[in-house]
Amino acid sequence: MFSDYSMSELGAIFAMQGFAGLILFSVFVLMALGLAIIFGQMGVINMAHGEFMILGAYVTYITSNVFSDYLPALFSIYFFVAMVLAFIASGLLGMAVEWAMIRHLYKRPLDTLLATWGLSLILQQVYRSVFGAREVGVTIPDWIMGSLPVTDMIEVPINGIFVMVLAVGISAAIYILMYRSSWGKQVRAINQNRVMAGAVGINTEWTDRLTFGIGCGVAGVAGSAFTMIGSTGPTAGQLYIVDTFLVVVFGGAGSLLGTIASAFSISQAQSIMEFFLSGSMAKVLTLLTVVGILMLRPQGLFALKLRK
Amino acid sequence: MLNVQELRAAYGESEVLHGLDFTVAPGEIVAIMGRNGMGKTTLMKTLMGIVPARSGVVSVDGTEITGLKSHQRVASGVAYVPQGRMIFSAMTVQENVETGLTVTGKKKVPENIYELFPVLLEMKGRRGGNLSGGQQQQLAIARALASDPKILLLDEPTEGIQPSIIRDMARTLRRIRDERGLSIVVSEQVLSFALDVADRVMVIENGNFVHDSPRAGIDEARVSKFLSV
Ligand SMILES: Nc1ncnc2c1ncn2[C@@H]1O[C@H](COP(=O)(O)OP(=O)(O)O)[C@@H](O)[C@H]1O
Ligand SMILES: [Mg+2]
Repeated sequence: MFSDYSMSELGAIFAMQGFAGLILFSVFVLMALGLAIIFGQMGVINMAHGEFMILGAYVTYITSNVFSDYLPALFSIYFFVAMVLAFIASGLLGMAVEWAMIRHLYKRPLDTLLATWGLSLILQQVYRSVFGAREVGVTIPDWIMGSLPVTDMIEVPINGIFVMVLAVGISAAIYILMYRSSWGKQVRAINQNRVMAGAVGINTEWTDRLTFGIGCGVAGVAGSAFTMIGSTGPTAGQLYIVDTFLVVVFGGAGSLLGTIASAFSISQAQSIMEFFLSGSMAKVLTLLTVVGILMLRPQGLFALKLRK
Repeated sequence: MLNVQELRAAYGESEVLHGLDFTVAPGEIVAIMGRNGMGKTTLMKTLMGIVPARSGVVSVDGTEITGLKSHQRVASGVAYVPQGRMIFSAMTVQENVETGLTVTGKKKVPENIYELFPVLLEMKGRRGGNLSGGQQQQLAIARALASDPKILLLDEPTEGIQPSIIRDMARTLRRIRDERGLSIVVSEQVLSFALDVADRVMVIENGNFVHDSPRAGIDEARVSKFLSV
């Protein structure tokens, strides 16, 4: 498949597709981060995580329309507003869901799996009723869609850099919050001993709700980023939840570094192969490779060192 | 300060506490003695809201706390040092103490806590799990004091601690009481420690109190008979 291209063309293609894969990478990192926060805190696997992401995408879509209709002068910066709103909307929905549903099921992990799966179906139907079954595209401000020429064959897309900086920034912020803020301290105390955390005065239920909200909010930001590479439809989240589980398992559950490394390799592999093969063929090859590596290293790329 | 009436608690169908009544005066230190399996830990956990009370009333300083969640009880002025200490072993010493600040809204650990336990200040960056047993016990007490309690519950604090340190602990607990004016309820199996620390000694057997006497004029022989198997 490479024989039609010269070496320098191949180099350029790899570089360009690599940069294009940065957005996918960022979406994976943010999605996996949100999933991991929620799973780490309360042992809940959120099957509706993709729908929280799509909510963020729809919020971005609405924000872009509002800005182009009412605030056209500020259209070039609407994306920042949209991301904040996406975080808030997905976060609040997450807290509401935790309050209404998840908190009653903490002692029944299988039921949370079913319940969040049911929730994902409900949300898809809600999106279909509100936004229609057709996919909607978001108009991205020109400056984000531009690119910086590096050589005459390689251009670096600004959106890729922008979203990657965002994803890395959010990961770093969550990491810092985990080790510096009182929320982080409470989360870690609850992780170690839930009963004792309550007995030193931590409101474990509120911390759970907040944490669920933060995890979903990060998914909402992922949805914002996602609007740059795909069009938003009611079921678009489904495609990403599977990939995200793949990223988490491949990276080794519980390791931030592993998640980032695995998100990077999977997104890059897909993006580069997609140029030469069809999208589904690229997926199949990625999946096969991941399965092959997991057979050699079942604990994932970076295994969590378990403490006694 | 602490008032307990007709307190009953059970695990499933089997009742473990059969209607306990007792009062702890402000500034009083009460030792609750009893052999293994007599219900000391269950009593502490019920007071903390970890094990639900089947019936009865618990109040602190006149405010009823019976149905409250653990963290609400901490906010009402109850602090707990559990059996086995249960510090957060992967967190640093300082972070452990800071978890106790949650209900106070403070960000910084008051200096008088580190004055009580200078060794914790020296080790504040170490992981809690790397401390010795006696240091972990100090850490658990410091964490409890950080919530600025009116009443401090300690469940078998001497378990697994060297005799020389046990002496210090009795002195430290009395100092805490004198400086802060709080009340202390401590469960124990070691009579000498109870006599060192307490103003009043009660004995629990199979979920009932069978003896209650002030420290002064206590019939030591009778109490130790309850404690021998
Ligand atoms: N989690 C539990 N489930 C069922 N029974 C328990 C549980 N914990 C303690 N018990 C029982 O309750 C009784 C009192 O135990 P406990 O309060 O731990 O006593 P102590 O602290 O005085 O040694 C014992 O008979 C014990 O077997
Ligand atoms: Mg006990």
